[in-house]
Amino acid sequence: MLIIKNGRLIDPQNNHDKVCDLYIQNGKVISIGQAPTGFSANKTIDASGHIVIPGLIDMCAHVREPGYTQKATIASETAAAVAGGITTMITPPTTKPVVDNPAVAELIIDRAEATGLANVMPVGALTQGLQGEQLAPMHALSRSGCVAFSNARESIPSALVLLRCLEYAATHDFLVIFQPQNHDLTGEGCMHDDTTCTRLGLTGIPETAETIEVARCLLLVEQTGVRAHFGQLSAERSVRMVTDARKRGLNVTADVSIHHLLLTDMNVNGFNSMFHVIPPLRSQLDRAGLRHGLVTDGIQAICSDHQPHDPAAKQAPFAATEPGISGLETLLPLGLMLVEQELLSLPQLIEKLTAAPAAILELNKGSLGIGCDADICIFNPETQWQLNSDNCVSAGHNSPFMNTPLKGKVTHTLIKGEMVYQA
Amino acid sequence: MFEITDPNNIQLNSEGQLKHFITTEGLSRELLTEIIDTADSFVDMNAQQVKKVPLLRGKTVVNLFFESSTRTLSTFELAAKRLSADVLNLNISTSSTSKGETLKDTLQTLEAMHSDMFVVRHSDSGAAHFIAEHVTPNVAVINAGDGRHAHPTQAMLDMLTIKRHKGDFSPLVVTIIGDILHSRVARSQIHALRTLGAAEIRVVAPNTLLPRNIEALGVKVFTSMESGLKDADVVIMLRLQKERMKSALLPSESEFYKLFGLTNEKLQHAKPDAVVMHPGPINRGVEIESAVADGPQSLILDQVTNGIAVRMAVMSMSMSGQMTEKNLKTEA
Repeated sequence: MLIIKNGRLIDPQNNHDKVCDLYIQNGKVISIGQAPTGFSANKTIDASGHIVIPGLIDMCAHVREPGYTQKATIASETAAAVAGGITTMITPPTTKPVVDNPAVAELIIDRAEATGLANVMPVGALTQGLQGEQLAPMHALSRSGCVAFSNARESIPSALVLLRCLEYAATHDFLVIFQPQNHDLTGEGCMHDDTTCTRLGLTGIPETAETIEVARCLLLVEQTGVRAHFGQLSAERSVRMVTDARKRGLNVTADVSIHHLLLTDMNVNGFNSMFHVIPPLRSQLDRAGLRHGLVTDGIQAICSDHQPHDPAAKQAPFAATEPGISGLETLLPLGLMLVEQELLSLPQLIEKLTAAPAAILELNKGSLGIGCDADICIFNPETQWQLNSDNCVSAGHNSPFMNTPLKGKVTHTLIKGEMVYQA
Repeated sequence: MFEITDPNNIQLNSEGQLKHFITTEGLSRELLTEIIDTADSFVDMNAQQVKKVPLLRGKTVVNLFFESSTRTLSTFELAAKRLSADVLNLNISTSSTSKGETLKDTLQTLEAMHSDMFVVRHSDSGAAHFIAEHVTPNVAVINAGDGRHAHPTQAMLDMLTIKRHKGDFSPLVVTIIGDILHSRVARSQIHALRTLGAAEIRVVAPNTLLPRNIEALGVKVFTSMESGLKDADVVIMLRLQKERMKSALLPSESEFYKLFGLTNEKLQHAKPDAVVMHPGPINRGVEIESAVADGPQSLILDQVTNGIAVRMAVMSMSMSGQMTEKNLKTEA
């Protein structure tokens, strides 16, 4: 039996925002405010001056295992996740082998459970080998624990194959996640096609590489009625299209990575490979569109789009480096910057990181209601710190936010009432 | 909150002198003028019987070419030798770096040979910048062309050529024609011409060969030769790689030549005393008519001569900037 005392409890799903005590027994929340009859805590966490929230749910975090363990492992990344207050990670199917058969999905889940830190929930492949040709066994993958299906950033050139995938997913009411990218238009590109790209002489990725695919997917979603989610949007026009589709009654949602809300293509000036991400950091107008989408509910969730790399992957001329930012440990403090900038209130931010992803994925998580799993993040909003190579838990140190002053630090993370991280 | 890197802080020492030469972008007019004036003095020296000066005596220059280029390599080699440096030419196929050896590994190996200067050509934009960031202190890096980003010594030899024929930059209308999209030369020329105060810089190309928002670099964009050439003082043609025909950028060489090739007839739209330049090697009958390339307005061979002088200037200035930085650090 555990009591978390005197913390400011923010639970957007249940509309809680007050300083109170939280009572936990058998891994579940059993009471808020009032001690249940006969409750005798064998452990107490004093959360005075701290904020107590549901554990974060990261809609897109690559764990690199199986297949790319030179970059990171499930063990290293679940440790990084809980250090960042993330209790559930949704991991894309881009492992080697890809998550297109139940054995791979089960391996990921089993290894995560054996590690005993964050929950790792795989997204199954939409097509076999992500080749865009033959449907993956979605039903079997779902049975083995896949929470959604996606072809990641690999293309499905045939609109007919994509249509069949969506029809099949709709049959079973599976969620399909799009990471929209037209490969012909992306080509060898490595940054947003605009003035900075022109100056640096890098190969550009036009905004249409994303928007054409968003438009195509939306038309097929409308035709099939499938539940669909657009991950890591980068362009203002994409947000408008998804928002319009929602207004027309389509069952579509979207998320954005935290770095696309804070950075633009201007940051690439100087060829710093840490800013090499796909989709690329886009224009100020696009960033404004993403931020607008966030406050008007065109975009429901914020994710880290965590992509850890080994050092060599980033030590080359910009275009020759591998794209991606290691983001688990900075997701919350960077999110708090949006609160400091008065874009979102604190409860709104927490909602985008907890209740909203839980709702999209239909998970019984992201809430601290009575009877819910006691997956909890406690953080001190005033602690100032910097992520650096000494304290970074993730195996990937590839972050443009290394050594950046951050405010807000996770002090405790609990999963099912068990302490899995303490600062 | 998130600092945007100044692309030029890497190439200047704490006294504002050149220590690497990566790009013409952001360098002051004074510095560009110093390069031109220093190079100008070397042009005359190169015509003398004894062509050597001891400015880099005892120094080792490594020409590190990841992309082949006979002409640029030769002029850098000659420039280094005329400055009395020891020169090592290395043509490194990028395939060797794909065998698990990173560019940084290659660099460390070469540094162990105690080189003082790397002249770098690479197919990736930003490669020279990357190398300058990772070399040990007091090793100068000269960009001999990186991807589509910059070819600053080529741009400066063009500036020297223009200066020697036209004098003042301020009244000049300069028209750059051809494959702007893939051209590191054009980008470096545009930055240099802007800083040196050229009255108007124009680019002429079909939309498929124009990078996005090129206007933001301070140029006027034209898609017809007639209007782009009207009253131009300087006409700079760019090289067109033949593979562009295969990548859906252009329909055919003949159509490109018809619309964007420089002929004597089209040159009539420019001022009568307009000069014609080309970074070479020339594709005759694709970018330029032989009669123009070999004609009285062509400065193409002058450019080659000036190339050696500019490279000597840049090498000596950056080595001097490195020495100043070293002395300042020792004193501190």
